Amino acid sequence: MLNYLVSRIISALIVILGVTCLVFLLIHFVPGDPVEMMLGESARPADREALRQALGLDQPVLTQLTQYLSRLVQFDLGTSIHYRQPISEILAQRIPATAQLAVVSIVVALVIAFPLGAIAAVRKGTAWDHTAMGFSMLGVSIPNFWMGPLLIMIFSLWLGLLPVSGKDGFNSLILPAITLGTAMAAILARMIRSTLLEVLNEDYIRTARAKGLSEYQVIRRHGLRNALLPVITLVGLQLGTLLGGAVITETVFSWPGVGQLTIEAIQTRDYPLVQACVLLISLSYVVVNVITDIIYAAIDPRIRLGDEA
Amino acid sequence: MSLKSFPLFIILVWAVFAIFGPFMPLDPDAIDLHKILHGPDMDSLLGYDDLGRPILDRMIMGAQTSFIVALWVTSISMLVGTTIGASSAYFGGWFDLIIVRVIDVFLAVPGILLAIAFAGIMGPGIENVVIALSIVGWVGFARLSRAQVMALKHRDHVQAAVSLGTGSFTIIRRHLLPLISAPLIVESTFSIAGVVIAEAGLSFLGLGVQPPDASWGSMIRDGTAYMLVAPHMVISPGIAMILIVLAVNLLGDRLRDTLDVRSRKQ
Repeated sequence: MLNYLVSRIISALIVILGVTCLVFLLIHFVPGDPVEMMLGESARPADREALRQALGLDQPVLTQLTQYLSRLVQFDLGTSIHYRQPISEILAQRIPATAQLAVVSIVVALVIAFPLGAIAAVRKGTAWDHTAMGFSMLGVSIPNFWMGPLLIMIFSLWLGLLPVSGKDGFNSLILPAITLGTAMAAILARMIRSTLLEVLNEDYIRTARAKGLSEYQVIRRHGLRNALLPVITLVGLQLGTLLGGAVITETVFSWPGVGQLTIEAIQTRDYPLVQACVLLISLSYVVVNVITDIIYAAIDPRIRLGDEA
Repeated sequence: MSLKSFPLFIILVWAVFAIFGPFMPLDPDAIDLHKILHGPDMDSLLGYDDLGRPILDRMIMGAQTSFIVALWVTSISMLVGTTIGASSAYFGGWFDLIIVRVIDVFLAVPGILLAIAFAGIMGPGIENVVIALSIVGWVGFARLSRAQVMALKHRDHVQAAVSLGTGSFTIIRRHLLPLISAPLIVESTFSIAGVVIAEAGLSFLGLGVQPPDASWGSMIRDGTAYMLVAPHMVISPGIAMILIVLAVNLLGDRLRDTLDVRSRKQ
């Protein structure tokens, strides 16, 4: 287990280093002079020089990178040009909203995916199966920036049941979470279906049926429980897509999270803030996946033993 | 029309509008102030937008945008990704180790987020959309072609070519690439579906094509301000996009079954 743990963490650290370099490179894709883009043409030369020095842009690229990395290690993300505030403080205000949205979206996804996948697997090849998988295909194909406005139109404008946008209590969380959770639900449902189909062929399912359990009990207690493990991994892997989608969904619903902040930062040309947002979202994805892998290994001895053998 | 020909029919309609759109008698920028936010009528079957422009004409223009971007991004991604992935697997060693790490790093950043960041930083415009989406898109092809070549490079016919003194690039091009073309074709269909959504997403955020050019994404964004009075502005571009993405995904699924490709990226 220890070997597995160490190797998993080392490879994650390498990925984190790589992601940081990639994010660092972002600012060098600014057409022309980043300082002029950020401050505008009317800025005083002294201000420009100050910002150039603060960002280290007057140094050679390699020096810039080492400075960037050494500041990151000290949790110094720099100062936002637009907000004139340390970036770490701004992020700290925004993280809870995104975390909340992500967690509730995953719950929504699981609540939709399990019945859909289970019905499709149990009634394989029937109209139930085709309908469920049709819904799943549709779910993958509907973009969140269309789904969101559509939900607002139906539930907020026409029916007046839920708030249009903003963050104000649990009600305001429902539509963004459904928007974000549907696509993940669609992918999970397919996965649950195929895993459950494999599991249902196992001997212990036959045993469970033979000892007279009801079909519901067989599926729920012996089938779905065993199909749960791969689902956990897939949720971890899909978190990246979810967080990426959150950037758009948060913008649609004016949800004050890191995603909306990313877009605001792009619009105000606050490049250090853009870098920090991309870094934060990517790193949380990497970290969650390391944790998922470790939990997975702790639950399933085949992984850690297979690694040592 | 049977259910089986549905995907091909939709894709054909999309391609026809995209390719022949410039030659059609369209007026996507014509402003009719009396018809601002008007619903469908005989002149414009899908109604008018907030500037009184005919939505159907703008949708056809949007079809061109998504088609061109999807084609360019998928071609560039496939070319770059397959070259990197296949040579990485074939040559192995340090080069392969580095490429694997680079792929891991790109996979660790959510694709749409990276595209948003690059498009946002490079500034709007269709070329930058293509570049931003290609920066994200090559990874899938690289990973796929690397895995495929890994599995194939010890085959007898490759070893025979090696012992005959054939050059490495000729081996990759003539003896390996033809064998991995089936999974690459399947991957490119899914790539097209992804790019269509991503392009519209960038345009929705204002990072894609610029006015007066039309994109389905920017049409949806413009429409969100008028949803109560003119829902048709949001509905039609969305349905067009979903139909195409659905059709391309269905086609990809069917190609995978027909060509018997097992692996698919999750």
